[in-house]
Amino acid sequence: MSQLFPNVIAMQADIWQATLETIYMTVVSAVIAGVLGLLTGLVLVVTQPGGIAEDRPFYSILDKIVNLLRSIPFIILLAVISPLTSFLVGTTVGTTAALVPLVIGIFPFYARQVQLALQEVGTGVVEAAQSMGLSNQEIIFRVYLREGLADIIRVSTLTVISLVGLTTMAGAVGAGGLGNVAISIGYARFQNDVTFVCMIILLVLVFVIQFIGDRLADRFIKF
Amino acid sequence: MVKNKQPVIELQEAVVTFERNNSKITAVDHVSLTIDRGEIYGIIGYSGAGKSTLIRLVNHLQVPTAGKVLVNQQDLAGLTKHQFQQARKKIGMIFQHFNLMNSRTILNNVEFPLLGEKLSKNERREKALALLKLVELEELADAFPDQLSGGQKQRVAIARALANNPDILVSDEATSALDPKTTLSILKLLQRLNQQLGLTIVLITHEIQVIQTICHRVGVMEAGKIIEQGKVAEVFRHPKERLTEEFIDTSINVQEALSRIQQKRLDNLFLLKFIGETTNQAVVTEMAQKYALSANILFANVDQFDDLTVGVMILALNGPEVAGGVDYLREQGVRVEEIAKRVKQA
Repeated sequence: MSQLFPNVIAMQADIWQATLETIYMTVVSAVIAGVLGLLTGLVLVVTQPGGIAEDRPFYSILDKIVNLLRSIPFIILLAVISPLTSFLVGTTVGTTAALVPLVIGIFPFYARQVQLALQEVGTGVVEAAQSMGLSNQEIIFRVYLREGLADIIRVSTLTVISLVGLTTMAGAVGAGGLGNVAISIGYARFQNDVTFVCMIILLVLVFVIQFIGDRLADRFIKF
Repeated sequence: MVKNKQPVIELQEAVVTFERNNSKITAVDHVSLTIDRGEIYGIIGYSGAGKSTLIRLVNHLQVPTAGKVLVNQQDLAGLTKHQFQQARKKIGMIFQHFNLMNSRTILNNVEFPLLGEKLSKNERREKALALLKLVELEELADAFPDQLSGGQKQRVAIARALANNPDILVSDEATSALDPKTTLSILKLLQRLNQQLGLTIVLITHEIQVIQTICHRVGVMEAGKIIEQGKVAEVFRHPKERLTEEFIDTSINVQEALSRIQQKRLDNLFLLKFIGETTNQAVVTEMAQKYALSANILFANVDQFDDLTVGVMILALNGPEVAGGVDYLREQGVRVEEIAKRVKQA
């Protein structure tokens, strides 16, 4: 072992610390972006043409904002919004500072996924609920979020997995975490074993997230 | 089943237009319609005629561009949001594709419209079970929609539509996705509900059988307009419009028979329609004897429209006095058409 992974054994504590940082960044930004994205996705679906609170001008603006934010490559976004980051967090370095670009980078993606998932609920069921005299609020909670739940869980899993990837990119530019260790130590110092172990840990994280997501989705699909 | 004539639904000069690619489409064109309490009113037309848009006016799933929709003498457009939601609860609706919620059990689907009502959990459950019993599905309460057949799903949808004790049931092609046997059983259920609960039913369909089986009155729709309406038997006794006649022909398979016969010679072929009292086929024999004609029956069928019997026959007449024979038939009240002419027109 010590021959195959000499540097890893020497840096055990750092790698453990980096893993925790990656989990921290993923979880916190997932929660914040999750709330923002879910709300945005809901607003998109109810205001889109044919939606229960159709509002074409509003929808077209929000739709364009979402598209625009989704088009910016994450590594550029990190740099571009650093003034905002330093205004909000007081610094542009470290895991907490990374949360700002992570949230802004992922929530539009999640919002679009949520919109697509909720569209799957179908106009028929929504129309049936309208014909029963339900208010828009009741339709959102009892129809959209209920019928679309399994799909929302599926896209959430997907989003969290993408988020893990983004944390490593943020890590490479000073946010810490496994990305940082893999690049600035493993890659820069030619300690390939460190890079390799970071990758394995990331893969394990992704598998665990996928497993939990699948389990949750299964629970909510009933046939 | 019209006990005391009292309009429950009134459309007054209703118009619906859509804008598509800068062109205006008029889906409903100045339709005025009165539907009385306790009756089953059917609207028939081909797809694209505007039936779906028209029927959605009744609960304002479609808001009219112009004109008024009155339900129980209330103008739906003049209600507050709360009043409007309450009014909608009294108009049940069923759909071609059932629109059940797949994530909920059958029982929960039927309970669904009651979630906003002030009922205890038990009361709600009791109510839903009673409704499932009404549609004869109580044993499937705990199943999920995906486990049910189309006919069963529509029964659940009917139970759900009745949860708020509506006095109107709106049916948007409710039997169009079902096979003929299942269609009949759903129609019988609707008829029973109409009789037992005094439910007013408005339905749209493209199937003449639906009209024949349960409707009291019918409106024939084409290009956004109701071109003909009245009691089912009367409309079909004296169809004024070509489209109405076409639906009758479809019902008796005339079109199909014609398309088969048209391959052969058309001379001396006649389409005979016996409507109501003239459904006496001895007329043909009498004619044949009187005018010394050979009458060869190529096709014959009889159908029922409410209490009206309609018979159809395609005859090949041969002999010296064909014209006299045809006149004789017309004197007896039979509608006679020369098929050669009919084909030319088409």
